[in-house]
Amino acid sequence: MERRSFLKMSAAMGCAATVTGCNSSSSDAEVVAPTTPTTAVEKMNWSACLVNCGSNCPVRVYSTEGVITRVESNFTVSDKYGDHDVRACPRGRSLRKRVYAPDRLKYPMKRVGPRGAGQFERITWDEALDIVAEKLQDTIDQYGNESVHFTYDSGARYHFSGTGCLKRLMNLKGGFLNSNGDYSWSQIYEAAGKTYGSAGPGWQGSSVSEMKNSDLVLMVGYNPSEIRMSGSGEAYDFLSLKQSKKFKTIIIDPRYTDSAVGKEDQWLAIRPGTDAALFEALAYEWITTNTVNQAFLDKYCVGYDEKTMPAGVGYEESYKSYILDNKTAGDSTPGVNAKTPAWAAKITGIAEDVIIELARELAAAKAPFIQIAASLNRQAAGENNTRAGYMLPILLGQLGLPGTNCGGLCKGSSMTAPSMPAGSNPVTKGISFFTWTQAVEDGKNMTVLSDGVALPKELLDANGDGKLGHDIKAIINYGGNALINQHSDVNKTAKIVGDESKCEFILVVDNWMTPSAKYADILLPDVSWLESEDLVNQSYAAGDTATLIQMSTSVDPMFESRPIYEICVDLAKRMGVEAEFTEGKTRKDWLDGFYATAKAATPDLPVKEVMLKQGIHRKYLPDGSYIVLEDFRKDPVNNKLGTPSGKIEIYSSQLAEKAKTWKLKPGDVISALPKYVPTWEGFEDTAMKAKYPLQLTGYHTKGRAHSSFHNVPWLREAVQDAVWMNPIDAQSRGLATGDKVHIFNDRGTIEVEVKVTPRIMIGVTALGQGAWFQPGGSVDKGGCLNVLTTHRTTPITKGNPQHTNLVEIRKA
Amino acid sequence: MSNNVQYGFYVDASKCTGCKTCQIACKDRKDLPVGINWRRVYEYGGGTWTENADGSINQDVFAYYTSLGCNHCSEPVCVKACPTGAMHKRREDGLVHVAADLCIGCESCARACPYDAPQIDKDRKVMTKCDGCFERLAEGKQPSCVESCPMRAIDFGTMDELKAKYPGAVQPNFAPMPNSSVTSPNLLMKPNRHARPSSSTDGKVLNNSEV
Repeated sequence: MERRSFLKMSAAMGCAATVTGCNSSSSDAEVVAPTTPTTAVEKMNWSACLVNCGSNCPVRVYSTEGVITRVESNFTVSDKYGDHDVRACPRGRSLRKRVYAPDRLKYPMKRVGPRGAGQFERITWDEALDIVAEKLQDTIDQYGNESVHFTYDSGARYHFSGTGCLKRLMNLKGGFLNSNGDYSWSQIYEAAGKTYGSAGPGWQGSSVSEMKNSDLVLMVGYNPSEIRMSGSGEAYDFLSLKQSKKFKTIIIDPRYTDSAVGKEDQWLAIRPGTDAALFEALAYEWITTNTVNQAFLDKYCVGYDEKTMPAGVGYEESYKSYILDNKTAGDSTPGVNAKTPAWAAKITGIAEDVIIELARELAAAKAPFIQIAASLNRQAAGENNTRAGYMLPILLGQLGLPGTNCGGLCKGSSMTAPSMPAGSNPVTKGISFFTWTQAVEDGKNMTVLSDGVALPKELLDANGDGKLGHDIKAIINYGGNALINQHSDVNKTAKIVGDESKCEFILVVDNWMTPSAKYADILLPDVSWLESEDLVNQSYAAGDTATLIQMSTSVDPMFESRPIYEICVDLAKRMGVEAEFTEGKTRKDWLDGFYATAKAATPDLPVKEVMLKQGIHRKYLPDGSYIVLEDFRKDPVNNKLGTPSGKIEIYSSQLAEKAKTWKLKPGDVISALPKYVPTWEGFEDTAMKAKYPLQLTGYHTKGRAHSSFHNVPWLREAVQDAVWMNPIDAQSRGLATGDKVHIFNDRGTIEVEVKVTPRIMIGVTALGQGAWFQPGGSVDKGGCLNVLTTHRTTPITKGNPQHTNLVEIRKA
Repeated sequence: MSNNVQYGFYVDASKCTGCKTCQIACKDRKDLPVGINWRRVYEYGGGTWTENADGSINQDVFAYYTSLGCNHCSEPVCVKACPTGAMHKRREDGLVHVAADLCIGCESCARACPYDAPQIDKDRKVMTKCDGCFERLAEGKQPSCVESCPMRAIDFGTMDELKAKYPGAVQPNFAPMPNSSVTSPNLLMKPNRHARPSSSTDGKVLNNSEV
């Protein structure tokens, strides 16, 4: 065994450096965790880890005289699967270090240096709230409510507190510019919407528990052991089922992920962005061996072959014709551009015979469970990649039945816990969540057909086009890091956000001096989760166990931090809408009301006094095991889908129309059929690869949830932030594990360590996303992946293609 | 040393996903700084890649994780190596502890231990290590690492209990660990299906910076 080496604290020191930035005018930024008294009695409160991994985990917070001493997650039950503990992952277990992080925000602060330089001075709450109220009112008066925008946030998934409070306030003041989609699943919503008639099947596919009825689970990019790690979560569900039921598991991923490591039966390494080529080759095999489910396609689908084309659309536009490259109905002779396994092997990297065998196994499976992960949607052709994946269960007719899935992400079980009602937004205009930087620069001229702007019908011209007509002039950023870190092309974003003549006012409310917080004009310190009272549920992807968690305060708000609800009440007072905002209710009234609503929905939820002690109320599969599209499968006439035809649309007339009318950038493709599309900065972009030969994908590291928890040194030590590189690529560059390297392309350069590992495809590199941007000259020493990602959008949803990047890597 | 009771760990490497919850829960219990890990999760892997003429690729990659604390060995080489008697094996439970007041921080134990269990505290110049959560045992609780594991891959108990509970468990003779004949560790394992024997050179530790 090799001797251990002590970790250099480079990443951890990055956080300290951040604080030094704001320390220039605030001498007391060095927070030292309070000393624990030794004589007093220990208390235990329940709180929760409200991070955006999809599985809010309960945590037991032990404290002595208001100082948190440790965090545990276990609670006493039998821990038999199905009645099991909900155990937090390393992030939840390190919460104490996050609450007491040195970069914790303590006081309201006002920017004093250039925007983004991180220079602030302490002001009073009254002063801060006066400025915020005045700036927001001024923006509304001068530019209109359409000029106020919320950047996407997910760092604090409260129900009572959270962004809902701020949105409620703004809605009472006339609203704000809407945004559609999100950084996670924008293209999935579209793919599922056009194929299955609603976004639901895309992110609420069958329960993980349905794997128990499956004989073959195909996981394309699906990686529960890194993205859903908690003890009630999908990782534990998957493992428990896998080891008790013995279904075969095939994982397709450029990385040999932690969901594999011996639990898989087969791992197929694939080049990023080429999955659709694999899917088409599987389709080719099934069509040419007559193993498609013709009866299913005839009855439930539109666009497969001559029998199911929409009126006025010929066979040559059908899926079968496209795959076979033969425009003559009834003639199955493949053309020269048929999507054969040999064709796909060159592109995907998966050998022809392996593709043929995969096709055979999937066709032979009694109940294949197929999941297409979100990683395929965050790519340059994300909508097409995802739709192409949905073709696998469709062609086999393997959906709506026990043990099958439609290709969507697994639906988690759920119990209801209400959230702060934000009210309705009087502003009806909206942009894609991802195009806000463009709207800061030139929102006035953004259009429906070029930029995906959403406008009410009365503002559209005869062609269905129209302009947004407003620039974003004020931004509210609550508990989010997309203002800088989690958006794309950070250097460009920083320039846009840093220009005070464009966006004139930026409010940031957070717990820590994040890279985004540095760009605030006014910075308000929120309380942390462990200083909060709330009733939350299991969030959106905690697997088959639904939970309600009663959070109570373990410690008093640190320094001058305040809950966002109270901040908003004070802002509402200043902006003349206090009565409407509070509805005459106190904080306690709201919380009691929420609890009563939750109890009405879940009658066996104990009374609050009991829940304060017991912390968690949980149920395994409260609504049973969910089979997506089961009703449709049983009775497609009375359970029509939301597509124009009411059927599964392989050929989408809506997309055919968009393909004709939308104005696309060169190389972008909107197609009626799902298609493999070679893209800019993809494997087949040979021109760009001459300069930047390596594909770089991001992944969800276990050491953070997006950018949350980056400022916890324990986690930086536990999960190395290093770029994964295949030994063959490393050797040709003279690189060894631990070497500092520069990863670069035309958008920027980041410095990280390299991890040489056989666990990644040749020609492909991967870096855990979410590390905090830390500019040092022209190089980001923080290792923020988004320095390298692009503002260029996907064709349909104008979403984020953040896994599509070409780079070069060399020794720093 | 004769022990009436000998505690030990059980690790199911077929379940471990390398999430490191055990490592962090352990650090939280004792507020261990970066650089000191009483529990460590080793990533061992290997395999080769070849490119075919058509651009497709073949590989035989494997990897697996092993979570290790101290194995509270029956023949603890750390105890033998200790010049002051600070490192000692407790009679009552077989746990190997450090008497901080006797420790001179010479690190002889760390050099001797093939599992990297003793971890020097450079600031205090004293050796530290997994103590088996002895005070939690007294309260009828399991060690923090065991109770934290989201995959239920770790267990702890007397060796008699563990052998009875896991009849298929085997000695931990898997890479990257040494053969158990060196120290007679009180560790039982269910190996990962990719596990290589202790002497194997098929792979290597892939995460030295994390342990």
